[in-house]
Amino acid sequence: MRSAILASLACASLLIGGVWIGQNVNLLPTDASINAPVYDELFKVLFTIGTILFVGMAGLVVYSLIQFRRKPGELGDGLPIEGNLSLEIFWTAVPAIVVLFVGIYSYDIYDRMGGMQPLHHEMHRHETSNVQERIWGGIGSGTVERTEEIQTDTLPIEVIAQQFAFLFHYPKGDILSGELHVPTNQPVSMRMESKDVIHAFWVPEFRLKQDVIPGQPTILNFTPTKPGRYPIICAELCGPYHGGMRSSVVVESAEDYQDWFKKNSKDTILDS
Amino acid sequence: MTIALPPNDQESPRELQPKGWLRYFSFSLDHKVIGLQYLVCGFIFYLIGGALASAIRVELASPVSDFMARDVYNQVLTLHGTIMIFLWIVPVVNGAFGNYLIPFYVGARDMAFPRLNAVAFWLIPPAGLMLISSYFITGAAQSGWTAYPPLSITTPEAGQIIWILSVLLLGGSSIFGGINFIATILKLRRPGLQLMQLPMYCWAMLGTSILVVLSTPVLAGTLVLLSFDIVAHTGFFNPVLGGNVIVYQHLFWFYSHPAVYIMVLPAFGLVSEILPVHSRKPLFGYATMVYSIMAIVVLGLVVWAHHMFTSGTPPWMRLFFTIATSFIAVPTGIKFFNWVATLWGGRISLNSAVLFSCGFIINFVLGGITGVALAQVPFDVHVHDTYFVVAHFHYIVYGGSVFVIFSSIYHWYPKFTGRMLNENIGRFHFLITFIGFNLCFLPQHWLGLNGMPRRVAEYDPQFTFINQISSVGALLMALSTLPFLWNVIHSAFKGPLAGDNPWRALTPEWLTSSPPPVENWTGQAPLVIEPYGYGKEHKEQINETTANTNSEKKNQ
Ligand code: HEM
Ligand SMILES: [Cu+2]
Ligand SMILES: [Cu+2]
Repeated sequence: MRSAILASLACASLLIGGVWIGQNVNLLPTDASINAPVYDELFKVLFTIGTILFVGMAGLVVYSLIQFRRKPGELGDGLPIEGNLSLEIFWTAVPAIVVLFVGIYSYDIYDRMGGMQPLHHEMHRHETSNVQERIWGGIGSGTVERTEEIQTDTLPIEVIAQQFAFLFHYPKGDILSGELHVPTNQPVSMRMESKDVIHAFWVPEFRLKQDVIPGQPTILNFTPTKPGRYPIICAELCGPYHGGMRSSVVVESAEDYQDWFKKNSKDTILDS
Repeated sequence: MTIALPPNDQESPRELQPKGWLRYFSFSLDHKVIGLQYLVCGFIFYLIGGALASAIRVELASPVSDFMARDVYNQVLTLHGTIMIFLWIVPVVNGAFGNYLIPFYVGARDMAFPRLNAVAFWLIPPAGLMLISSYFITGAAQSGWTAYPPLSITTPEAGQIIWILSVLLLGGSSIFGGINFIATILKLRRPGLQLMQLPMYCWAMLGTSILVVLSTPVLAGTLVLLSFDIVAHTGFFNPVLGGNVIVYQHLFWFYSHPAVYIMVLPAFGLVSEILPVHSRKPLFGYATMVYSIMAIVVLGLVVWAHHMFTSGTPPWMRLFFTIATSFIAVPTGIKFFNWVATLWGGRISLNSAVLFSCGFIINFVLGGITGVALAQVPFDVHVHDTYFVVAHFHYIVYGGSVFVIFSSIYHWYPKFTGRMLNENIGRFHFLITFIGFNLCFLPQHWLGLNGMPRRVAEYDPQFTFINQISSVGALLMALSTLPFLWNVIHSAFKGPLAGDNPWRALTPEWLTSSPPPVENWTGQAPLVIEPYGYGKEHKEQINETTANTNSEKKNQ
């Protein structure tokens, strides 16, 4: 009886503690894109479940080691229990349910991030290429989260990666820049291709990463939300200077972005 | 079904084999000698791989690239990964313990193909030497253990080709071993021994060997194509010539995801042998343990693209591989619950073997949890190719497989040598390893989440402090090897005599002398149908066997 009470107390504090830690311990950098808060929701859920499972299992092991340790002079064996069908069913079913929940939940998150949107629509209309290109991967810009302040027209940018730098080409204005400038709350659609080996475009504050592959363009869509300067990091081993292959993305207000754009734009006629 | 055992008075070719310590340097056909050859050879490579790891952690103690040249860093990184996987963990959890234990467990006098067995082992030292010497002669490969093209096509050729050749040799060795294990387990069983009476390690090795035989040839074929691209300028994976770099990734991971189970399933088997002995209880849920191994084998073949979520992977493929990968956690989880249930209510000796096994359970649970998180596409697009992944797989491969190797050495050392290890030094070794390991790898989760990519020699200075903590942990891990080495070397000469069965274990390898004679038993092999029958009525009978030193037992 007493041990039953203690056990349920332990379970309750494990659950409450796990939820508390999941909600209150922040392990992530700032969120600066539309899908970053969605990502953080998923992270909280996974972190909570993970903490509960880990502390629970580790606790059981440590408890068993202490409680059932062989005391001096004890030579006998433990009880010859070889299994228990209902226990086996229980600990097959519970993880299966947890995993199913995690899978469905993360599908929902993925969908909200725009992962299920077709990638090639509405983009790069300026391109005259009539060849059916192989376009892969990437992630769309979230639709569900869009609020009124978010513009509907997409800013197309072409990304060229090569050992050991990123180059950003703005077809509108024909700007070539080593630094990425984007206005807040406007969806950006990047078409990326590598000139040599595989690189990866990663902005931790956007919670997004996409490989940049030679011979096979990839697409990455995102909508920045928070002004600031964030690192762009190459995340795929690409040679000796891989660790130095970094750049920045400057997220700025629409006005600041327009200033930057005007200062650098080559075709001033289009842009009036 | 079962091949009859040769009468043991027959003149066997083994009489021609060297005796004494020299046989460990010979082309011995004795499975026990081969097993120990694998173990010691693997451990030497572990020390080399560990020295390389220390060099990596020294470089990363400061945010700038100051300790090694950048291309040297990439060589060290590539060698470290390749050595640890192909020369330490795979040969030891499969080759070393498999060769030593499987013939005992099936009641045979040796493996099914002893010569193939010796060949499989003797492929390893030259392959390893070739790989390591490439560093000094031509410069080693620089493209990581994954050798993704086009990087592997454009980095210096000689090192990459040597890397391919040695991995091909090691893959061949692994395939030979796999075939041998399957044949031995299925065909050399002692008459009267049913499959469902085999110790769990046999099932683990059967499952692993199936994975080895199905997937390693794919790696071999892929690497041959890659070498054509490098030396003959073909265009399989070279985008300049119209090749497709993503196809390489699919082929590579079709082997290399199963490879992670090739590193860990045998470890699962070893833990299943160790825990019942020291907690004096039967292995909990034998049948479910067997089914879950087989479920892992089947699922393990269809999850490879979870390593490619951010490369050229269409959405439907992302979804499929998320779901398949997540479900692997179910059979894996079952095994962990069963081990805890085995401990529960036992009479557990808190010795080094148990501590390392329980350390394994704790570490692996954390690695498994981060694994399920990584399987979720939206989670992975942030942390893929960062230190989060480095933390995940070291929790699995070091916290899992390496802890189990240490546990197994503590458990079987008396069988190998006839002498006991010093338990106090063993427990001290565990403590330092466990603390050092967690200090080294736990903070790396945070590094990955906050923006540190993997495989870099330089990083954002904001990460300096955490990296230094990690390097201190690595230093502790390196130091923890010293008491272990002293213990195994000193005890081999001065350790107290163990007797045949110091743990009062019931599995067949303990029912003969320590160390066992050539051909394992002086009489007939005992029929052990309840390898985990602790706490049972008929125990007296078994105790009798156990006490019988010359093991001449022909009962049942
Ligand atoms: C619970 C089961 C597991 C799951 C769900 C899982 C999942 C994953 C996923 C999704 C990745 C890819 C992460 C990324 O690159 O973004 C990964 C990487 C890795 N996992 Fe696991 N894993 C599991 C168990 C294991 C085991 C048992 C091992 C080895 C013994 C292992 C070793 C590795 C290694 C070595 C990598 C990194 C490979 C590389 O990129 O170099 N994992 N795991
Ligand atoms: Cu790069
Ligand atoms: Cu995998």
